[in-house]
Amino acid sequence: MSVPASSESTPLAAPATLRELFFAFNRLSLQGFGGVLPVAQRELVERRRWLDKQQFVEMLAVSQVLPGPNVVNLALMFGDRCFGLRGAITALAGMMLAPLVVVLMLTALYGQYSHHPLVSGALRGMGAVAAGLVVSTALKLLATVRHNPMGRWLALGFAALTFVSVALLRLPLVWVVVGLGSLAMAVAWYCLGRTEEPSQ
Amino acid sequence: MTGAELLGLFGHFLLLSLLAVGGAITTAPDMHRYMVTEQHWLTDAQFTSSIAIAQAAPGPNLLFVAVLGWNAAGPVGAFATTAGILLPSTVLSLWATRWGSQRRETRFVRSFTNGLTPLTLGLLLATGWILAEPYVRVPQYRWGALGLIAITVLVMLRTKASPMWLVALGALAGVLGIV
Repeated sequence: MSVPASSESTPLAAPATLRELFFAFNRLSLQGFGGVLPVAQRELVERRRWLDKQQFVEMLAVSQVLPGPNVVNLALMFGDRCFGLRGAITALAGMMLAPLVVVLMLTALYGQYSHHPLVSGALRGMGAVAAGLVVSTALKLLATVRHNPMGRWLALGFAALTFVSVALLRLPLVWVVVGLGSLAMAVAWYCLGRTEEPSQ
Repeated sequence: MTGAELLGLFGHFLLLSLLAVGGAITTAPDMHRYMVTEQHWLTDAQFTSSIAIAQAAPGPNLLFVAVLGWNAAGPVGAFATTAGILLPSTVLSLWATRWGSQRRETRFVRSFTNGLTPLTLGLLLATGWILAEPYVRVPQYRWGALGLIAITVLVMLRTKASPMWLVALGALAGVLGIV
């Protein structure tokens, strides 16, 4: 997906101080119910103009393939780009600290009221929605197999094998990532080599 | 939990951190295997409600890791799991983004990326399965839970509505006894 950067005329800005960076990530994180990524896009790209759409998409692509949560990697990369290591730590702390306190307070409260049928009912309903949110994220991202150099069917095959190994066979994740992962990387390496040769 | 067990918990999350390609939530099935099935630190219901609490609160979904640690071993547990899941991936991410941004178009980096994307998709689906299973297994909640999951997926794919409203709808359905 290519996004024309010229559609936005406002020039890009940058956080002036570590303090500003901290509170920007603090603010976007506290708005993120059920996921921070959509809010991060709105705040960093549309409201503050610290990144244009293209830069955001590129950062997201990289943060998706690195281990660790996407939004955490995104915060690290953005902070690092602005202020180096200090910036990376500041952005991460801004995003994590306040929500961490909120969620642990909720957990402690839940421990006291968990026997209450209304509370356990509400949590059960939210749990089912949480499952649905994860499934819908997976379904949205399934479209990306079209662009995979190994071809859509091989890519879907690897996705299905991963699902079966982890959800049904309950194999330890280490084996799955090391085993299936290196096989998939080898296949991708081979397919990339083939497509780079001129074929007519 | 003994000191040795706490260290084991920390170590397991250190390892999961490096495997969490596509987000911490993709390692939830393995956290479940370790903490519920193997070590019996949490029940099935505690595991799922930990994730639900984190979803209901603002902030990165990663915070469910802190809630799991808290429910297994209190504040020390929360510290062990959160620090464990963050440390290796943070160090690696910073190093790798600086290294990889210069080599983005090379065949090695592209095979890495494209090889792991399908696994990420499979892991996300597996996570949805493991979260839904405890409800779907109980006949009393089965159809309500499946209905809520279906509504959630439909709304997320077809509209731009915030997930916040779906979480609220889920809570309401639970309070009314539908799920």
